[in-house]
Amino acid sequence: MNTGDTAFILISSALVMLMTPGLALFYGGMTRNKNILGTLMQSFIMLGIITVEWVLWGYSTAFGPDHAGIIGGLDWLGLKGVGMEPSTVYGPTIPHMAFMVFQCMFAIITPALITGAFAERVKFSAFVLFTLLWATLVYNPLAHWVWGAGGWLGKMGAMDFAGGTVVHISSGISALAAALIIGKRRGYGKEAFIPHNLPMTVTGAGLLWFGWFGFNAGSALACNGLAANAFVVTHIASATAALSWITIEWLHRGRPTTLGAASGAVAGLVAITPGSGFVGPLAALIIGALVSVICYGGIMLKSKLGYDDSLDVVGVHGLGGTWGALATGLFASKLINPNGANGLFFGNPGQLWTQFLAVAVTWIFAFVMTSIILKVVDVIVGLRVTDEEEERGLDISQHNETGYSLS
Amino acid sequence: MKKIEAIIKPFKLEEVKDGLSRMGVKGMTVTEVKGFGRQRGHKEIYRGAEYQVDFVPKVKIEVVLDSKLVPQAIALIQEKARTGKIGDGKIFVIPVEEVVRIRTGEKGNEAI
Repeated sequence: MNTGDTAFILISSALVMLMTPGLALFYGGMTRNKNILGTLMQSFIMLGIITVEWVLWGYSTAFGPDHAGIIGGLDWLGLKGVGMEPSTVYGPTIPHMAFMVFQCMFAIITPALITGAFAERVKFSAFVLFTLLWATLVYNPLAHWVWGAGGWLGKMGAMDFAGGTVVHISSGISALAAALIIGKRRGYGKEAFIPHNLPMTVTGAGLLWFGWFGFNAGSALACNGLAANAFVVTHIASATAALSWITIEWLHRGRPTTLGAASGAVAGLVAITPGSGFVGPLAALIIGALVSVICYGGIMLKSKLGYDDSLDVVGVHGLGGTWGALATGLFASKLINPNGANGLFFGNPGQLWTQFLAVAVTWIFAFVMTSIILKVVDVIVGLRVTDEEEERGLDISQHNETGYSLS
Repeated sequence: MKKIEAIIKPFKLEEVKDGLSRMGVKGMTVTEVKGFGRQRGHKEIYRGAEYQVDFVPKVKIEVVLDSKLVPQAIALIQEKARTGKIGDGKIFVIPVEEVVRIRTGEKGNEAI
């Protein structure tokens, strides 16, 4: 066991934990003020819901000893056997519990991302039930397939350093299913839904950027050169993407916006995630520059297609994650990570195909499973709040609270 | 007794307040409001989605005064609040039936 590695992973876990309240602020500022608490709550309470789920069965099914490449099984139910000694397969120089808690933070934030798609209109009870089912039936299997020892996508050669497919594509595509099935907010397209607190959103974006260093660099599971590479490319991609987004806005709409800068930064962070341990700084520049083009275009397309993905989870996480996963197939280099593979630009076009397959599997699996789960939840508790509750706002209707009692 | 309600541009508030004070007006109530007349709003853009915001922020000043002072107050407000551009605002004069000072019970002009 290595004290430096252990310290780094524990700190990284704390950084990733901070991303969930950071996400709460990022999303919260973009909704209307009558829904601020409802929106914050849907991210914040994930810390509660998914932690318990992770301890009881989540970690075991995601990372436990493999069954047919599909799932981890129940050997580690209640974290049985997960102790202070390193695991034989995950993070050989850190306590197994450290690896487990690091992964727990990823499991927490992923379903929180989806909430952006159905902001301002879903019942709290439905949201809790949906979250538990989604974590169990979508996240855990997917994490096993990509990161679990013996998982079939990992064995196929799919490269996802810190969660492009497992976290971003899965949540992004699930968000699409949610937006389509749950339907638009009342007044969408007719009333102006203006972000009520962009200072909060920008603060959230800053916290996300900060926490993402733990998300990506920590995924090296060691305090070493690879972690430094992941840290650096994460920073570069985010910076470039923020500049790229506001440049596009400036040209397209005449003004750069703070929401654009924050959105661009987040898109860059999303895109670099799968490749952070496989690509270099110049690749990060390109990945960051292009993700904003893709995501901005995706958001424009959303207006034409007419679905209400309220906070652009599909546009930013779904498309950004897809670009990042494919870009990994272009720019990966064994010079950076000998345990990875080379991408197309380093003489190995096959990797791009493997990445594409992993992306396609994730798209289909997440979309289909999420659709089924949503239908089931709708039957059991009903997904949407009533028209009157939606009009009054989630804060009052779901939580008996007012976000801003400013007199 | 009359009440003057003046809707003015927010940045003119200090000047109008100082002017009214020097004129002998001893109190006022100020509210932040939004509205429009001929001054149209502006557009805001969030992630590419454009919104036309019709309402413009204004300040409403309410002053109750002795009827004799009204013409002078109107002239002063007009002078201080005017920029010459659309959106300068309006002044309304409303008759007041009764005024009571809560602390002392004084009524009428004594209570202003």
